[in-house]
Amino acid sequence: MQKTLRKYFPLFVLPTLIAFAVVFLIPFLMGIYLSFTEFTTVTNSRWVGLQNYVTAFTTNREFLNALWFTVKFAAVSVVSINVIGFLMASLLTRGIRGTNVFRTVFFLPNLIGGIVLGWIWQMIFNGILYHYEMTLTYSPSFGFWGLVILMNWQMIGYMMIIYIAGIQAIPGELYDAADVDGAGPWQKLTRVTLPMVMPSITICTFLTLTNSFKLFDQNLALTAGAPSKKTAMLALDIYNTFYGRNGWEGVGQAKAVVFFLLVALLAFLQLRITRRREVDQ
Amino acid sequence: MSAQSLSRKRQGSGALAVFMALLCLLFLLPILIVLMNSFKGKFFISTLPFSLPSAADGTFVGLANYFEGVRLTGFFDAFGYSLFITVFSVGLIVLMTSMTGWFLARVNTKGTKAIYLLLVFSMVVPFQMVMFTMSKVANMLHLDNPVGIVFVYLGFGAGLSTFMFTGFARFVPREIEEAAHIDGCGPVRTYFSVVFPVLKPTAITVAILNAMWIWNDYLLPYLLLGSKYKTIPIAVQYLRGGYGSVDMGAMMAMLVLAIVPIVIFYLTCQKYIIKGVIAGAVKG
Repeated sequence: MQKTLRKYFPLFVLPTLIAFAVVFLIPFLMGIYLSFTEFTTVTNSRWVGLQNYVTAFTTNREFLNALWFTVKFAAVSVVSINVIGFLMASLLTRGIRGTNVFRTVFFLPNLIGGIVLGWIWQMIFNGILYHYEMTLTYSPSFGFWGLVILMNWQMIGYMMIIYIAGIQAIPGELYDAADVDGAGPWQKLTRVTLPMVMPSITICTFLTLTNSFKLFDQNLALTAGAPSKKTAMLALDIYNTFYGRNGWEGVGQAKAVVFFLLVALLAFLQLRITRRREVDQ
Repeated sequence: MSAQSLSRKRQGSGALAVFMALLCLLFLLPILIVLMNSFKGKFFISTLPFSLPSAADGTFVGLANYFEGVRLTGFFDAFGYSLFITVFSVGLIVLMTSMTGWFLARVNTKGTKAIYLLLVFSMVVPFQMVMFTMSKVANMLHLDNPVGIVFVYLGFGAGLSTFMFTGFARFVPREIEEAAHIDGCGPVRTYFSVVFPVLKPTAITVAILNAMWIWNDYLLPYLLLGSKYKTIPIAVQYLRGGYGSVDMGAMMAMLVLAIVPIVIFYLTCQKYIIKGVIAGAVKG
């Protein structure tokens, strides 16, 4: 069977592989190479060594600002989304009436695209701030908390659904045993529920962390980096470097490589740390 | 359990249900405010965003925002392009990556292992890393149109989708494949008549995850298609224009038109969507 199947490689694998190579693999390798060159189109590159990387960090503070903004944003969002999502999941697994309707509603924002989400919240925040004679772009902290609220609204329902699945998979006997041992609600939470949903926590922190780091559409539609690029996150800063002014493509590509390394490192570390805390089931 | 504590428990769950209902309302509020404002004159959206439009004070403008928004963005064309690109990309991704996934699960060579690892690796690479070079390559190969972009989506969807199919295909019992083989089926017939039906739940999950991504995707189609073939997210962002102020009336109407198809899709396929998202998250 395996031997006959191998002959069918051109039909089963090749189309996917060609598409993957053309739009991902080749551009990825080109990207790494071009980050060490100066170029405006991909064919006129000139080797400049590490110059682009130096420029990215030292010429102005835009990249470092974006990095710091993104780190702060990710830290606040990951914690708030997971804590609220978990709390709502534990409230929705108590068999109250209407649970399905609640679940449906809470998940809805996650299906709406980032551009649309950004404009919805821009209108709302500007509407509120209008009473104080300000706008969303008045101060970078407005944009920051605006993005945090937006991201929470979008992702809480999603994480809640994963936590619900995790909580429902816990065998009831564990709670009965905890009751027999005289455990209170707090002990049940910390000694039974949390260790048992650790796989869900791994997934949810992974998803919220990588999504927060890679956020682009919401950032573009909500503030587009205003005021004066102070609310631009990494992805938007890289986009602006590429397409904002001529001659900066190499710097943009260098920033993109740093961005990639950062996301890959974070994903790797996060998975290692939370996986270690999972209990065998 | 005593009658007293039982009734207390029931009371508690009643209060909880009320609290949850209020929270639901809070979650829906942003969308309701957008809907309300879409019938309001554009200058009142920033000054009176939280009051109902009324004919008495002239804030109600009927469907004027909708007409203006559709005119400015070409919304119905955008809807058509979004639908075309999403349907064909998802179809191609499900067909090709399910075949690839099964192949990678059954044929164990150094080559297949390398392909599998590269596909998994691609999942952690942010789009900005390949954004510029990919759009140049796509231009060179004339993939910068609604048909070519389907092929581009196959390449970007390949990572997660193949990963999920390979993961699931490992659990497909080999006996049924052997039986089909003995009955004289070649790999192609074996795949379509025996394997794919078993992979169907995964195919639904993969289809939903990709549909959600492609329908809402902004940057990739924007870089390849620009404003020549606007998809819905491009059409919405297009209202921002260059430097001028945004027509918030038209914007509200377009947001409503962008949300309505999603809500309809969600309510009709809700069961599959929620299952698919859980399965996708657990696998991913």
